[in-house]
Amino acid sequence: MSNWIPLWLHKLGSPPTFYRFAGTLRPWAMVLALLFGAVALYGGLVLAPADYQQGDAYRIIFIHVPSAWMSMFIYGVMGVAAFIALVWRIKLAEVVAMESAPIGAAFTFITLVTGSLWGKPMWGTWWTWDARLTSELVLLFLYLGVIGLYHAFEDRRQGARAAAFLAIIGIINVPIVHFSVNWWNTLHQGSTINVFGPSKISWDMLWPLLCMMLATKFYYVASLFRRVRTDLLALEGGKDWVRQIAESEAGQ
Amino acid sequence: MSPLQTFFAMGGYAIYVWPAYAVFFIVLIVDTIAPRLRRRRVLRELRARLARQDARQQRARPDRASVDPIITPPSL
Amino acid sequence: MNRPGLMTACAAMLQRDLTLAWRRRGDIAMPVLYALIVTMLFPFALGPEDTLLQRIAGGVVLVTVLLAMLLALDAMFSSDIEDGSLEQLVMAPQPLALMLGMKILAHWLTTALPLIVIAPLLAGMLHLPGAVIPVLLLALLLATPLLSLLGAVLVALTAGTRRSGMLLALMLLPLCVPAVIFAAGAVAAAQQGLPWLAPIAWLGAALVLAVVLAPLACAAALRIALDA
Repeated sequence: MSNWIPLWLHKLGSPPTFYRFAGTLRPWAMVLALLFGAVALYGGLVLAPADYQQGDAYRIIFIHVPSAWMSMFIYGVMGVAAFIALVWRIKLAEVVAMESAPIGAAFTFITLVTGSLWGKPMWGTWWTWDARLTSELVLLFLYLGVIGLYHAFEDRRQGARAAAFLAIIGIINVPIVHFSVNWWNTLHQGSTINVFGPSKISWDMLWPLLCMMLATKFYYVASLFRRVRTDLLALEGGKDWVRQIAESEAGQ
Repeated sequence: MSPLQTFFAMGGYAIYVWPAYAVFFIVLIVDTIAPRLRRRRVLRELRARLARQDARQQRARPDRASVDPIITPPSL
Repeated sequence: MNRPGLMTACAAMLQRDLTLAWRRRGDIAMPVLYALIVTMLFPFALGPEDTLLQRIAGGVVLVTVLLAMLLALDAMFSSDIEDGSLEQLVMAPQPLALMLGMKILAHWLTTALPLIVIAPLLAGMLHLPGAVIPVLLLALLLATPLLSLLGAVLVALTAGTRRSGMLLALMLLPLCVPAVIFAAGAVAAAQQGLPWLAPIAWLGAALVLAVVLAPLACAAALRIALDA
């Protein structure tokens, strides 16, 4: 397997190397996140015109859609990392998978709340049991389950492997839930509500949205790198490289 | 209404738009701060543990420096 | 010493678990009593009006059975973990997935089957029309083993942790959503006089898949959880 993986990627799997790598990149990722975020917010809240049908309420889209996208993107990353962790038992993959879960849960929570706040003025209801919303809710429970299972174990690596297994089961489950809720909505007629569909969105509204999507990606990287770095310190506590760091950063 | 007031009114939807943005920022700020606090705690505990280890080694071998004994290879 | 054949091993495993369950046959009554009590609470909570109860009957029975099974799920491996026989099983030469399949079967027989037997009674208390009850039973016959199989994988994952039943519920309920949707959908369709075969077929397909895959996943999960 080591034959086709480039050497630098292989080296990156080593905790001290990744620690340094992530430490260098993290501040930049955060800066980019804040920068793109600020630009996106200005574009969305100030520059973009009010929507013909929804007035100014549609502006929630600039945080709702990127959060929804991130909730699913992170879930994909978590799944890939979980798979690598289970098959090849790479410590870094375990940490990445476990530390992605809280960030994913945060974005999922934001998606549900902002979606609800958007739904009330638009559809007249705080919640509806359509496939997308229900799947998002199930996704939140999946994240919480992974976090809960991880913390239920004394041995953190064992907990990470068990939670990784759960994550993979959950990944298979979410599309199944989406499918069954769709079916269920067709059975109980009148429950399908046409969500604010992908109508032709004007460029004035599109570019802040894309900008915010980029910003949230960078934010995820920044947050993940900090969490992973701390986890690596905790896991590798007995090693020399950790001792050096602990002593050099005394007082921080 | 001044332009700023118009902005904050959000066409009458202010009670939906601003809480939504607030949730977004608050959750992400918590997500930023919590790992920072955890990192500090981990480093603190790590340093305490290392200090205890060093103290134990000092007591065990008071005449030697507090480094792990290195087994010197036989000279070739 | 001759290694026992596969069929013998399966039969032995099944017999062992059934015998152990029979020795604690008081425990078998627990889920049944729980289901009865919960079902009784609904008329008290919602009022005795027939038409209302009739509308919710199918769903209530289904959810009640699901929750009763959830309560009993924890016990699937707990006693075997405590006395170390599960670790012995993991190390045994027989294929672990098959042995676990037998354990899950034994658990279903002692937990879900009694619930299915009293399901007509539960449905009757909520005035579910008699014609719908066979569909309800069929839905339960397909959905409960599915839940046992899915639940077994999750119970295996939490084997040996200082877990709470709540964590298991948190993990299991999202997985149950499709099964509940299709089972209740079949009952609802039958109640409205609509064709109910499609959701039953979906349940059947899911069950077949689960019968094949879940024991394997359960074995993998057990190895992860016990690998200290």
